[in-house]
Amino acid sequence: MADVTDTTAIATSTTRRRKRIKWETVGDHVVLILGALLMLVPVYMVFATSSHDAITVHREGLQFLFGDQFSENYNAALFEYGGFTDSVNGITMLTNSLILGLGFAIGKIIVGMMAAYAIVYFRLKFATFAFWIIFTTLLLPLEVRILPSYEVIQSMGLANTYTGLIVPLIASATATFFFRQFFRSVPEELIEAARIDGAGPFKFFIDILVPLSRTMIAAMFIIMFVFGWNQYLWPTLITTDESLFTLVRGIRQIIQAYADGSTTPEYGEAAALAIIAMVPPVLIVIFFQNWFVKGLTESDK
Amino acid sequence: MAKVTLDRVRKVYPNGFEALYPCSFDIPDGELIVLVGPSGCGKSTLLRMIAGLEEITEGELSIGDRVVNDIDPANRNIAMVFQNYALYPHMTVANNMGYGLRNRGLPKSEIAAKVREAGEMLNLTELLDRRPSQLSGGQRQRVAMGRAIVRSPDLFLFDEPLSNLDAKLRNQMRVEIRALQRRLKTTSVYVTHDQVEAMTMADRIIVLNAGRIEQMGSPAEIYGAPASTFVASFMGAPPMNLLKGTVNGSGVLLDGGPTITRAAPVGHTGPVTVGIRPEDIELSDDGDLPFDVDIVEELGANRLMHGHLGGQPFSVSVNKDMHAATGQIKLALKPAAVHFFDTEEGRRL
Repeated sequence: MADVTDTTAIATSTTRRRKRIKWETVGDHVVLILGALLMLVPVYMVFATSSHDAITVHREGLQFLFGDQFSENYNAALFEYGGFTDSVNGITMLTNSLILGLGFAIGKIIVGMMAAYAIVYFRLKFATFAFWIIFTTLLLPLEVRILPSYEVIQSMGLANTYTGLIVPLIASATATFFFRQFFRSVPEELIEAARIDGAGPFKFFIDILVPLSRTMIAAMFIIMFVFGWNQYLWPTLITTDESLFTLVRGIRQIIQAYADGSTTPEYGEAAALAIIAMVPPVLIVIFFQNWFVKGLTESDK
Repeated sequence: MAKVTLDRVRKVYPNGFEALYPCSFDIPDGELIVLVGPSGCGKSTLLRMIAGLEEITEGELSIGDRVVNDIDPANRNIAMVFQNYALYPHMTVANNMGYGLRNRGLPKSEIAAKVREAGEMLNLTELLDRRPSQLSGGQRQRVAMGRAIVRSPDLFLFDEPLSNLDAKLRNQMRVEIRALQRRLKTTSVYVTHDQVEAMTMADRIIVLNAGRIEQMGSPAEIYGAPASTFVASFMGAPPMNLLKGTVNGSGVLLDGGPTITRAAPVGHTGPVTVGIRPEDIELSDDGDLPFDVDIVEELGANRLMHGHLGGQPFSVSVNKDMHAATGQIKLALKPAAVHFFDTEEGRRL
């Protein structure tokens, strides 16, 4: 008899185990799914909306389902000349944004690396002081110095040029800080070995430090590219020539037509342009993400 | 190849710390000299000054016929092997070895030839295209050696090159480095804190302590006639036994009882430190020194007995054939094997 009760007990417990739901796991997943939806649904809605014509959007608001104006909208967004002077289309703006993003990223990396190199490797009298001065500029965003910056660029005749767009924003405390931390973790013996091998400061930088910083450079590149790509205020201020407009400005330009009152703003087209504006940063992140993670986490060289 | 001369070379750090008191010595052409001492004794500072990585506060350093005090490390025609190898992680083995030559502006074909030659010498031929991260510790050490060799320098500098290797590999590399140095006949300075490395590799040893040279001499001299209690206890494993005592006629009365007969320092009276190497002692029933054995350590080839002699700690090393057990036994000394040191200054009498 004892045997029989035992086996039944085991049988029931196994069935119970099979059916048991781990509520903690379910809870975790609900939170994760909700979080993911919170991030993705707006993007999806913009994407869906980008396939409707302006009138539908104007009447019914954002769309959940795809419409039939997909190719028309994207075609218009990319190739139709618009703006006040009819001199700018999506491709131009895409190019401008790319130039701005790349110029930012590359410029900031070069300047940041060189500043960090000077601070870490040379016996400067006020190196630490200089570093903290640079570091505190993190607390002063562009907006604080926007008027003097504009004044300087304007008086140098650099308004409406790529130089004027890029150069004033190129000094980067963030990049300097990250490269400084990275350089300080490079083993001392490596520098000494290079000195004995006859590498002067310039050669050491190019031959050893730059290749060693690859992952860090990639991480900085992503951050700075996206930062440059999303710039709005400075380009708005410094460029009045529509052929220098960036994508981020272009989106606003389309919506602004509404304010002028004449026509219905091209909502579908604006949504399409927003999607186009999202693609390059996403691609860059996907392309560099392995290096990005390595650059931010890897500690051993 | 060159002779190295140090003339009253001194190092004082900006904070006033005297890392190295003025020291002078010559390293004849082709000799391997080992700087040995505990951490912080100034041996690395001395090596780095020879390399040019550290400035010389005072004195004159010459390599060959040149005074090199103010010459850049790159132009001293030296090569250095670092403790952590200091290989360039992003370069292949071949590029690591050839980097110095490239900076000297040698043509590519010549660099490749030299790298190949060094690679063959060090059994690295198959590894020339790999990166340092794909190599084992011993292989990395070899690459570091290769990087030194290809430059055909006047002087090799080794900064504790074996301390990151495991014991077996260390023994092997020790022999290899020694053989290589003999073959190339390049003057070398080798820094280590390991007295076994020092004893086995050196033509001459310099023992440093707290920024001063304690003794300079061949391994046999250092071991056989240590100049001070510091050298006596630093060189040799297990270290020399040091017993406190007082000179008493033709013998020494040890603190705590027993007397050493038939051996006394000449022309010295009063307190004295007696040094006896653990292996210079015989177990003998006729012996006059009672030794209380507390612990016996089995080392295979021999046994170490640790205990007390008249209350002072004492060790004896005996052959594996000898019976060793705890308890009191009698020891006999050979008078020639007894060293005497000044108790206060530690200097040899």
